[in-house]
Amino acid sequence: MADDHRRYAQPKLLAPMIEILSASKTYPNGTHALQPVDLKIQEGEFVTLLGPSGCGKSTLLKMIAGLLPATDGRILLWSKPVEAIESTGHRMSFVFQEATLMPWSRVAGNVRLPLELQGVDSSDADQRVNDSLALVGLSKFHDAYPRELSGGMQMRVSIARGLVTNPTLILMDEPFGALDEITRNKLDQDLLELWQQKKLTVIFVTHSIYEAVYLSTRVVVMAARPGRVIEEVPIDEPFPRGPEFRVSTQFAGYAKHLQESLLRASNANELAEGAL
Amino acid sequence: MKAQRIVLPVVVAIVLIGLWHGLVKAFEIPVYLVPSPGKVLETLIKDWSLLGGSLYNTLKITFFAFFCAVVLGVAIAFLFVQSKFIEAAFFPYAVLLQVTPIVAIAPLIIIWVKNPTASLVICATLVALFPIISNTTLGLRSVNPGLQQLFKMNRATRWQTLTRLRIPSALPYFFGGLRISSGLALIGAVVAEFVAGTGGTGVGLAYQILQSGYQLNIPRMFAALLLITLAGVLLFALMVALSKWALSWHESELSNDH
Ligand SMILES: Nc1ncnc2c1ncn2[C@@H]1O[C@H](COP(=O)(O)OP(=O)(O)OP(=O)(O)O)[C@@H](O)[C@H]1O
Ligand SMILES: [Mg+2]
Repeated sequence: MADDHRRYAQPKLLAPMIEILSASKTYPNGTHALQPVDLKIQEGEFVTLLGPSGCGKSTLLKMIAGLLPATDGRILLWSKPVEAIESTGHRMSFVFQEATLMPWSRVAGNVRLPLELQGVDSSDADQRVNDSLALVGLSKFHDAYPRELSGGMQMRVSIARGLVTNPTLILMDEPFGALDEITRNKLDQDLLELWQQKKLTVIFVTHSIYEAVYLSTRVVVMAARPGRVIEEVPIDEPFPRGPEFRVSTQFAGYAKHLQESLLRASNANELAEGAL
Repeated sequence: MKAQRIVLPVVVAIVLIGLWHGLVKAFEIPVYLVPSPGKVLETLIKDWSLLGGSLYNTLKITFFAFFCAVVLGVAIAFLFVQSKFIEAAFFPYAVLLQVTPIVAIAPLIIIWVKNPTASLVICATLVALFPIISNTTLGLRSVNPGLQQLFKMNRATRWQTLTRLRIPSALPYFFGGLRISSGLALIGAVVAEFVAGTGGTGVGLAYQILQSGYQLNIPRMFAALLLITLAGVLLFALMVALSKWALSWHESELSNDH
């Protein structure tokens, strides 16, 4: 009945939008942050990178964003390297773990920043800022300063800033990690609605198994020391997913599976370390 | 809360002045050791033509020096953040400037620079310079790494990053530097005049203090001292008001109002 919402169910019609081809990362100080990763992401997917601290989630995300060069391997977005993303007619934006707003600028000014940097003309920018703030429900706070907002509201501003350029791809690095569970659940819900409404592709980083199951069409499970991908788990449940999904047996089943996958990886690490 | 910040220091001042007056009267301390507050005020009014002119001269040196320190300090800070190489090469000399007592180099500067006003301004500038350099450099470097990445992802130019990110990020540090530096400029102006002695035509407050010392005119000495202190406090208050106005968005400024 909800099959038409399961956009991930027909990915073969679309070319893979993100191709990560044996990309690995060693930091200049010698830290092997990431063993070669192979991952393909289709347009319209909501992929979550799940794993313990230090497994290289942020590293992978920053490599996709072009903020960090891969030591080895390649990353293609719409079949082009990230520097050439403009030539594909697509846009990407990045939402950080903290709201990272400019404290000297009002809410509207913060949301407007990407447009100004890209030289969008002023009246067009005004309209888009208003639209974007309306999407996250913060129209009333147009002229507020970031410090006058709660943590959750600041995060919404950050998301509005991510949406204002009309991106097709959004990368989010633990965007709700610093928020309380109630606010986080609410923002998860809102994010899913935006994802559906704007036909976005999202790559989302989280520590939380429950957040991963709730949001994703697919969960990429990662392990630490060395950072690597250990499993890809499709979450084969229809959208829209309401709060009742969180307490369903299917939900519990996926959570159990991910939990065990993560545990197995960390136990294997302990065994390996014990053997040394 | 706000009233307390004004009322409390005023109460303390009244108590201290009262105590000063009381002690001077009670122990009959002669006026050539410690004059009473009333006597100091009386001298201040009586000698105003002399002291007012000197205050003007000292303030003139102070403002010139402060202005030079700000312009130079900001320019040097910008140079420093352009390249680690330049900073590594020259920062130790900025520190050298800071740790060398001005009294020790002032005689040299006074010999080298013929114009007495200019030599005083140079001395005071040297004293006031370092906080501006170090604070502004720190500020220009203290950019939130997330915002920096955001600018990078949106293909911001170097100029955009400078004007829209680095400079606004540096402002709170810069104003912190201003507060320290304004006081130092005054100290520098006074100390340099002590060393320069009776060189110039337009004498400042330091000269008045020296002269009053020779003539044992202690009330006038106190009056001059009072003027220096008042000038310092006023300068500081001016800087606080300025940074409050400029940084109305900044939390450390705002928290004072709550
Ligand atoms: N700039 C850097 N230089 C050197 N090593 C780094 C750097 N950034 C991260 N690392 C190392 O790379 C590894 C992976 O880091 P990364 O930040 O990608 O992990 P993460 O999965 O995002 O962790 P968390 O969940 O705590 O954010 C860690 O061991 C970390 O110490
Ligand atoms: Mg991380």
